[in-house]
Amino acid sequence: MARESTVKALVARGVNKKLADKIVNAGFTLKALKSASVKELTKHISKKEASSLLKKIGVKETKTKKEAQISKKKEEKKEKKKKPKIVLEKTEPPTPTESLLLTELSKMNEDIPMAIVSDVAEKIEGSKISKKMIQKILTEVCKRYKAHKVDSHESVGIVSAQSIGEPGTQMTMRTFHYAGVAEINVTMGLPRLIEIVDARRVPSTPMMEIYLREAVKDLDEMQKITSEIEMTTVLDIADIELDMTNMEIILHLDMEKMKKKILSTEDVELSLKKMRRLKASVKKEANKIIVKSPEPSYKKLQQLADMVKVCKVKGIDGIKRAIIRKSPKGFVIYTEGSNLAKVFELEYVDQARVTTNSIWEVYEVLGVEAARNAIIREACNTLDEQGLTVDIRHIMLVADMMTNDGDIKAIGRHGISGKKSSVLARAAFEITAAHLLRAGVIGEVDNLDGVAENIIVGQPVALGTGAVNLIYVPKKK
Amino acid sequence: MIHSLSKKIQKIKFAYLSPDEIRKMSAIKIITADTYNDDGFPIDMGLMDPHLGVIEPGLRCKTCGGKVDECLGHFGHIDLAMPVIHVGYIKEIKKLLQTTCKSCGRILLPKEQIKEHKEALEKVEEMGGDILDFKLVAKETAKDASTRHLCPHCGAEQSKITLDKPTSFRENGHKLTPKEVRERLERIPNEDLFPLGINPDVLRPEWTILTALPVPPVTVRPSITLDSGERSEDDLTHKLVDVLRINQRLRENRDAGAPQLIVEDLWELLQYHITTYFDNQTSGIPPARHRSGRPLKTLTQRLKGKEGRFRSNLSGKRVNFSARTVISPDPSLSINEVGIPVKAARELTIPVRVTEYNANVIRELVKRGPTPEEKEYVPGVNYVVRPDGRRIKVTEKNAEPIAETIDVGYIIERQLQEGDIVLFNRQPSLHRMSMMAHEVRIMPYKTFRLNLCVCPPYNADFDGDEMNLHVLQSEEARAEARILMRVQEHILSPRFGGPVIGAIHDHITGLFLMTHGDTRFDIHQTIRILSRFEDIKLPKPKEENGKKYWTGKQLFSLTLPKDLNMSFKSKICQNCDTCMKEKCELDAYCKIQNGNLICGTVDEQVVGAFKGKVLDKIARDYGSDRAREFIDDITKMAIGSIMIFGFTTGIDDEDIPAEAKEQIGDVLSQAIKKVRDLVNAYQDGILEQMPGRSLEETLEVESMKVLGQARDKAGQIAGKQLGLENSAVIMARSGARGSMLNLSQMAGCLGQQAVRGERLSRGYWHRTLPHFKKGDLGAEARGFVQYSYKSGLEPTEYFFHSMGGREGLVDTAVRTSRSGYMQRRLINALEDLKVKADGTVRNTANTIIQFEFGEDGIDPSRGIQGKAVDVDDILLDVLGEKVFAEVIKEKVIESYGIQEKDLTSIEEMGEEE
Repeated sequence: MARESTVKALVARGVNKKLADKIVNAGFTLKALKSASVKELTKHISKKEASSLLKKIGVKETKTKKEAQISKKKEEKKEKKKKPKIVLEKTEPPTPTESLLLTELSKMNEDIPMAIVSDVAEKIEGSKISKKMIQKILTEVCKRYKAHKVDSHESVGIVSAQSIGEPGTQMTMRTFHYAGVAEINVTMGLPRLIEIVDARRVPSTPMMEIYLREAVKDLDEMQKITSEIEMTTVLDIADIELDMTNMEIILHLDMEKMKKKILSTEDVELSLKKMRRLKASVKKEANKIIVKSPEPSYKKLQQLADMVKVCKVKGIDGIKRAIIRKSPKGFVIYTEGSNLAKVFELEYVDQARVTTNSIWEVYEVLGVEAARNAIIREACNTLDEQGLTVDIRHIMLVADMMTNDGDIKAIGRHGISGKKSSVLARAAFEITAAHLLRAGVIGEVDNLDGVAENIIVGQPVALGTGAVNLIYVPKKK
Repeated sequence: MIHSLSKKIQKIKFAYLSPDEIRKMSAIKIITADTYNDDGFPIDMGLMDPHLGVIEPGLRCKTCGGKVDECLGHFGHIDLAMPVIHVGYIKEIKKLLQTTCKSCGRILLPKEQIKEHKEALEKVEEMGGDILDFKLVAKETAKDASTRHLCPHCGAEQSKITLDKPTSFRENGHKLTPKEVRERLERIPNEDLFPLGINPDVLRPEWTILTALPVPPVTVRPSITLDSGERSEDDLTHKLVDVLRINQRLRENRDAGAPQLIVEDLWELLQYHITTYFDNQTSGIPPARHRSGRPLKTLTQRLKGKEGRFRSNLSGKRVNFSARTVISPDPSLSINEVGIPVKAARELTIPVRVTEYNANVIRELVKRGPTPEEKEYVPGVNYVVRPDGRRIKVTEKNAEPIAETIDVGYIIERQLQEGDIVLFNRQPSLHRMSMMAHEVRIMPYKTFRLNLCVCPPYNADFDGDEMNLHVLQSEEARAEARILMRVQEHILSPRFGGPVIGAIHDHITGLFLMTHGDTRFDIHQTIRILSRFEDIKLPKPKEENGKKYWTGKQLFSLTLPKDLNMSFKSKICQNCDTCMKEKCELDAYCKIQNGNLICGTVDEQVVGAFKGKVLDKIARDYGSDRAREFIDDITKMAIGSIMIFGFTTGIDDEDIPAEAKEQIGDVLSQAIKKVRDLVNAYQDGILEQMPGRSLEETLEVESMKVLGQARDKAGQIAGKQLGLENSAVIMARSGARGSMLNLSQMAGCLGQQAVRGERLSRGYWHRTLPHFKKGDLGAEARGFVQYSYKSGLEPTEYFFHSMGGREGLVDTAVRTSRSGYMQRRLINALEDLKVKADGTVRNTANTIIQFEFGEDGIDPSRGIQGKAVDVDDILLDVLGEKVFAEVIKEKVIESYGIQEKDLTSIEEMGEEE
């Protein structure tokens, strides 16, 4: 099948059939051909044939891969010169008190987390405490910090998993939380937690909070901005009528609604014309737009009408609703539906404060580390909202595990559990038989490092006290 | 330790059995489908051949000569008349057929490309990739190769091979027999297998087309003798009988030169039987059934799922030395203890090795026999194990002679005695506090007894709950349990760093009654309360009108450490705008100075599980021993106090005066009228629409709001009538049990019933019940209950209430299974993570997950409310009170347990539930 279609495609591009057969038999597909150089092809056909062939399928033969790379680099360099790379300083510079503490600490040759340093700094800010006292305080802080550290070989994974799983039974099943606004429902509680842990691509109720760069005071202007964010389709602003006799679709535009959305008849006409799949003539009349079907077929007309209905006139894809709320620091836009990438492109939006509850969007737009933070934030919010206190460190561990190798992996058989290195551990979790059979093909070796494996063979597990051995060397008298 | 070290399994390698290996390891070739002859003896070369092992006691294995528990059994084999495909490897076979040449067997890729792919694989190995990375590269290779149509090695044209699920292949519509498939696979050279992700050392592809079938030992598929004397064979045996029967027929027909069609049919049938023998849930073929119609449990089914070998026998194991019975409460026990019935204690044993030092004691012990008849419980001995491994059961008759023979090197199995350490567990074991170590107390009757304070971590109550108990058998285990698993070591939860063990229910009520306001106890009462304590000094009594008395606060202070200083707000605090501190009218401001409760009421916020601040502070600063002592003491104190006051609640606690009832009625009828107005407005089309909501939604939201407010108001009116002299209110306010909402539902009005967060709407056509008009949107018709539990509900209301109740039940049922699965997945994903000696968190592959646990390496159960250290406490310690007060000034103090003296207010801490 694939072979024949390739031949067909080549013939369609003006290659004679014999040559096409030859090429395809050599194992090339259309895609492979496009990236192939003349050199590669000359193994199978003459040089002349090859270059003409490549021309026909639209590959410039002059640039070999290396050349292309060089030119690309050059372009990059040019761009670099144009835009100096801005290195973002993610942490705030230390306050004077903080830096004082930090220098003291480095003198003491101690290292404690910045969070504690700033805590202490905040407390002693503005008071006159002698250096000696500060040193005393810091030694005490270090002493207690060390005393509070986790023991080595502690099975933090299990403790964290239990700490998050145990309150699950106390959570409610079907809770909707009104995220700041009564109009937007957001899934919370257990279903939301499961959703986060599953790393679903699209949350069941995507939502965004959009902050603006400059505080807009005027509600009308906010409305304008909102109308640019909220997705408006033809159906939202017009009544659709099917004219069977003339084979036409008549859009009766609701001028009131149009005005609210700040749209003109031309805008609607333009967006209909822009629609590529719509193969019909669009005509504008006063308060009316007429779409004429090219074929006198009722079925076609229906299809056309369906297409016209969902035609996007304005706004951002995926954002079903946008609601303005006043907050002490100016207006906030809450949206139902989420599209982080597109919202970021709007110039009046403050990118630093925009949030979405879609972890995958955060990952795609801002990267894994942001995604990790998004997981932590979402999970924390879900638990807090239910009034359950879970230490953030547990959630961090789960988030770090999910994002450990650069992309988001679900907790479960398709994600982390399915990618464990031990056969027995995988078999003990889910899809037992398949894992065992597969292990036989490669001759997998299970080194029995993990918990499940050792329990299966009946040995002590290498966690906690099981991770260490006591050796007693009797003294020779 | 040495013992276990020498026996450690280093690794397990998985591989495939070649036909040669199958035949080589086979103890006997099986040829007959019959199992037993008429006399009930196994037939030679049948499926129950004694060469395969023994299942009946008394018989000996013909292969190794072992008896029942000595011989593990031996494999046999069946020689298949025609080759048959192994279902489990069908995908692998398909891949191989599609990627290799049909005539020369090489991969359908030019030599250079093969080399490239090989190099890619080698590179993966070099970079330290694991098996999954290999699989990915191999998949890529296969994808590349399967698109070729001409063999680059021999030039043969390839035709398309499709898989007819489950086990047959077609080449251009023509069916490939397993024999042909096998021939093709044989042609694939070893060096071409590696790039395709197959290790030729463990699996030659032609082996996946079976020519010999291993027959598992009889011990794997024991037959059961029913009461009627009939034998019932295992499912696997049944399946093997089928295989043998068809195999036999196939051989006969083939040898006799039967028509191709018949041979092929039989071949297909053999394939079916072998397929179902491996996996009886293969999609595309009907499962093989037992005579009764039940699908057979074949090999895959034995391993798979929750009841499968892996999850039910390998990941979880049944154990000896355990007990299970109903639990009941006993406040006289310490939280560290568990009461064990004599009957159970006599069965559960601990092995004790006889040494020079204890030989005499042990002889005495053995002399008592298994049921010593002393006044008090004393442990006896159930078994004696001689150095040669022989176990002798001790009976009353042989106790004395056995005791004489006891010498160094013997091991005796001693019954439980007081002070032994045992593990105690309640399912579901959701966190590590579900299994803790307790010290044994032997008690009469037949239930396990435990202190009420340990109920929260186990999530236990006494409505018939059962719990399990495990007796530790080794010295290391006991030491570990005592140090790491004892109840007192788990007072602080690793989940949020607060106490999970603490006062509940009556303990809180008792302490509340004792300490609230200016409660006084005369000498008799005081002594009755304090008589539960072993050695305690009676504090100095106060005197009024010549009468000596003790205050409740004074008595409670006896339980506190002498240097404890803290102050905070109690649960009963109403959060007034300006805190009156010590002069609080409600006595809600707790202040402890040098271990004396100066003012304030002891309630949930002070000593309760999950919330108790004093408890938290003591557990953190004074250690687990002191915390245990504190909890034990307040238990005694609370029980003593509540028994002096007496405490009961009944429905008459919810009695409210007639005026109040009238008031509530007014409020409710007003609200109902308001809803009616809303409905009218909606129907007339004059209801103002909320932005972003439809008209219907607006109506719902508005009426829910109105009715919600009405319920609250009714509750408030009712609440005003119920003061702190009311038992139910005491429980609710002190946090012992119930809430004011519960009370207002009992006394005031039940309020709106909801399903899925909306007013009730389903049932009949356009109405909830036939009692209402169609399309009625009013309050009553949509599930508003205006009566209270006390006054009784209307029939329609009762029905609505049960609708709401049903949703709750369904919710709980769904929730437990969903959260259970989530937790299983979480545990499975995170179980291997641990903190290494360098402080990093790593998994078994030694990949770093976190450089420091939780970014600062703090143990959540040691940290303070999520913070690493208590800065306020340190400052106070280092700077002293005066300077500290100066430094802090107006700043908010986060620390809850600060040893503060007349400092500004303390922040409320975030709470559980």
